[in-house]
Amino acid sequence: MNNPFSEGKATMLYQTRQLTDRPYGAIRFKMRSLTTSGLILGAMMTLSACVQVSAPDKPIVINLNINIKQEVVYRLDGDAKDLINEEADIF
Amino acid sequence: MFDYVKKNKALAVIAGLALTAVVAVPVMAQRDPAYEAARSSGKIGEKPDGYLGFVTAPSPAIKALVEDINIKRKAAYTRKAQETNSTVEQFAFTSGCNLIMRTAQGEKYQTPAGTWNTRDASEPVRDSRCP
Repeated sequence: MNNPFSEGKATMLYQTRQLTDRPYGAIRFKMRSLTTSGLILGAMMTLSACVQVSAPDKPIVINLNINIKQEVVYRLDGDAKDLINEEADIF
Repeated sequence: MFDYVKKNKALAVIAGLALTAVVAVPVMAQRDPAYEAARSSGKIGEKPDGYLGFVTAPSPAIKALVEDINIKRKAAYTRKAQETNSTVEQFAFTSGCNLIMRTAQGEKYQTPAGTWNTRDASEPVRDSRCP
């Protein structure tokens, strides 16, 4: 393999050139046509779907604290009722 | 029937005592009369965080009473929070929801806004997270 002119290297080089280096090589041609159709599709979608989205004037604040707490409160409700009944002298 | 009771007076007395003992056990865990009085007079009330609060400036006796109960409550909440894998605040808050719901008419409770309301026949004003 150290020989710079081995058969394996030549094959590799040939295959690489076939796929990439030729001006109208197989991959290049396919990529180009894909790009063209993609651009056409993109343009069509932009034209047909004209949805106006305006940014809200107030900052979006998602208060996770409320959701988590309500969930927890519902889960703990039964235990809290038990405790109040068990230790009625301090409640 | 009455003859039977008369004949077995001793038995009836024993049965009566046993019944009293059964009834007396739940009565043991009742509120302290001073605490009950402070509640019904509206000097103290239930807060949404699960502890007692002062509606008016408290006397030293009432202050000591409420602090004592709040310490005991915190201990109970801590124990239960560990059992249920929650935080003390979460368990105390859930208890607060229930305690405000259980206030009797005439007793005071604190709304989420911080004002003291007197409980009447209608539903109490509670935090929106309360079940």
